[in-house]
Amino acid sequence: MFKVIESRMIVPNIHLLMLEAPDVAREVKPGQFVILRAEEEGERIPLSISDWDAEKGTITVILLNAGSSTNILASLESGMSIPTVVGPLGNPTEIENFGTVLCIGGCYGIGSIFPIARALKEKGNKVIIIIEARSSYLFYWEDRLREISDKLIHITRDGTKGYRGHVRRIPEIINSLKEPVNRVIINGCTLLLKRGSDVTRPLGIETVVSLNPIMIDGTGMCGVCRVTVGETTKFACVDGPDFDGHQVDWAELLQRRKTYMREEVIPFMTSRCEEHAGKS
Amino acid sequence: MSEKKRKKLDLNRREMPKQPPEVRRYNFDEVALGYSAETAVEEAKRCLQCNKPKCVLKCPVEIDIPGFIQCIAERDFAAGVRILKEKNCLPAICGRVCPQEEQCEEACILAKKDAPSAIGRLERFLADWEAEQSELEMPEIPPLTGRKVAVIGGGPAGLTVAGDLIKLGHKVTIFEALHKMGGVLIYGIPEFRLPKAIVSREVDYLRKLGVEIITDFVVGKTRTIDSLLDEFDAVFIGSGAGLPWFMDIPGENLNGVYSANEYLTRMNLMKGYLFPQYHTPIKNHKSVAVIGGGNVAMDSARTAMRLGAETRIIYRRSRQELPARLEEVENAEEEGIIFYFLTLPIRYIGDKNGWIKEIECLRMELGEPDDSGRRRPIPIEGSEFTLPMDAAICAIGNSPNPLIAAATPGLETGKWGNVVADEETGKTSKERVWAGGDVVTGAATVILAMGAGRKAARSIHEYLTSL
Repeated sequence: MFKVIESRMIVPNIHLLMLEAPDVAREVKPGQFVILRAEEEGERIPLSISDWDAEKGTITVILLNAGSSTNILASLESGMSIPTVVGPLGNPTEIENFGTVLCIGGCYGIGSIFPIARALKEKGNKVIIIIEARSSYLFYWEDRLREISDKLIHITRDGTKGYRGHVRRIPEIINSLKEPVNRVIINGCTLLLKRGSDVTRPLGIETVVSLNPIMIDGTGMCGVCRVTVGETTKFACVDGPDFDGHQVDWAELLQRRKTYMREEVIPFMTSRCEEHAGKS
Repeated sequence: MSEKKRKKLDLNRREMPKQPPEVRRYNFDEVALGYSAETAVEEAKRCLQCNKPKCVLKCPVEIDIPGFIQCIAERDFAAGVRILKEKNCLPAICGRVCPQEEQCEEACILAKKDAPSAIGRLERFLADWEAEQSELEMPEIPPLTGRKVAVIGGGPAGLTVAGDLIKLGHKVTIFEALHKMGGVLIYGIPEFRLPKAIVSREVDYLRKLGVEIITDFVVGKTRTIDSLLDEFDAVFIGSGAGLPWFMDIPGENLNGVYSANEYLTRMNLMKGYLFPQYHTPIKNHKSVAVIGGGNVAMDSARTAMRLGAETRIIYRRSRQELPARLEEVENAEEEGIIFYFLTLPIRYIGDKNGWIKEIECLRMELGEPDDSGRRRPIPIEGSEFTLPMDAAICAIGNSPNPLIAAATPGLETGKWGNVVADEETGKTSKERVWAGGDVVTGAATVILAMGAGRKAARSIHEYLTSL
């Protein structure tokens, strides 16, 4: 069992979960993920690791409460335990001195881009972070991100902070930097990864995206996470999760992510309500 | 012996009762129900008690087969269990999933008359009899040697190594990547063929013997082999077959196309058939095609059928070449699985939402024998046809899991990413590291993995006692 050290909603519907997982905390590198199971009957779901403390043996994940399993994770309280935390899985994000790197995060990716940006900064890169949200009240960890970057830029769809719009504004942001960007790294939902890659393609900037397909075991055994990159099928769990955003078959990935959309909500409609009502 | 020689041959191989097909195709309960004590004794009495038993030579773990059968004939079941467990720590499992017809039972003298002694059923009977007794007999464990062994993977190979070495007084820790022990016995083989309670029972037995079990731990990721070697005197790799193969044909990434690993893992490990009580979803498909002809294909097809799908097995050779156990093929046929022999899928066709709706196939004919000795299937030109289908399960094999090899310098691997290990000892190219089972051979059987585990355990023990 893995103990919950901290669990709270940091902005509406986005939750931070700090877990005791010393084996993972000792080995993790930026860009890797864990697979969690919220309870005995639970699904195995992959979540990017957003921070860790090797000494204290803890890891932190950020999740969007979007389906039945994340709903259970979101309702955890400190002191409780969950049956599975396994990792660190996947390959770490490539960290080199590239020059100037643009790190883009949206939703839970605002959290998972943090350790990547931190490592890039430590490697001597100039690190510019763009965070994106529907509205300003959905930003979190801004101080932490500001601290480890050279510049923090906001995009909101409603214009309540920074640039108004979506990642389509990135080319003009890059223009305004008045310096070449050597690499773009994007973490967040699949649409953000896709649109981000779409706008950097004409600019010819190498763009690395952290994919988040459906997974079960996370060790290459089941193959449900397969994605087409270039001409070949890759397993995101062992070949990724980072891939060249200009090579990913986005239509296929978006379609595969929808496989269980209907089933996702069925547990909401069953006896769990009674179960919860019984508890309180 | 003279009395035995006079004994008239009894060619009436006793049948094992099964759930009737029209009932079992709607449930996940075990298909075969096992012998009663009476039937077991009758069947055991058929054994000729050969002086030079050929069956033992064909058993990968060298069980004293006539020995335990004699005990059953004499109704001394406890003694039978002891003989069985001397060589096989997982008899309830082997009695169910071993391909006896090509091992011990094939070698049986009675097989010449088409009625081999039902060795597998008798093994199963003894193991199940033992489970019903309130007191489990525990072997005596010698004083601790102070040596420590890390076993990677909680499947058949790893369980055997752990069982053998703990009984020799070594300290054993198993590291399992998934959240449940058992490997393919848990994630792969369905409940109706191997109830999971049986696997748990065997794992509990090892735990009682003192084996330490750590789940949710991916060696190669959570910790490297080199790091384990700092703490342990020896390491055994039994991480199994990992990466599922696909056919590399168009449309394979459409929604509704699964690897057998995914489909079976959803169903067995994650208990998808109990969704939403268990949260891992599974679709209730109407029409499912399973590609392949092995045991995994039979398991996938029979699982899909139990979820209500009209299910077809598409296999490129003929019935005669099916690699699956005959018993499982017959079970599948009885349950109403439709077989398309000499058929090769060449393309999956999707609907506008990216879901599979049809499979395009080619008819095949058999040509000259190939390397495997089976007649090579050859496509018949212009024989394309399509089958409407809302799911396809690809069950054509796996390569060994690459995670460990990738993270272990000095560990030699072969063409398929398999760990190279000596056939007799399980020794790898890396000092103090042994390997066995599917990670070495590619996807094979439970009993072969156990046999490899047995040999590796012997070699590890030799090494540990030489220190």
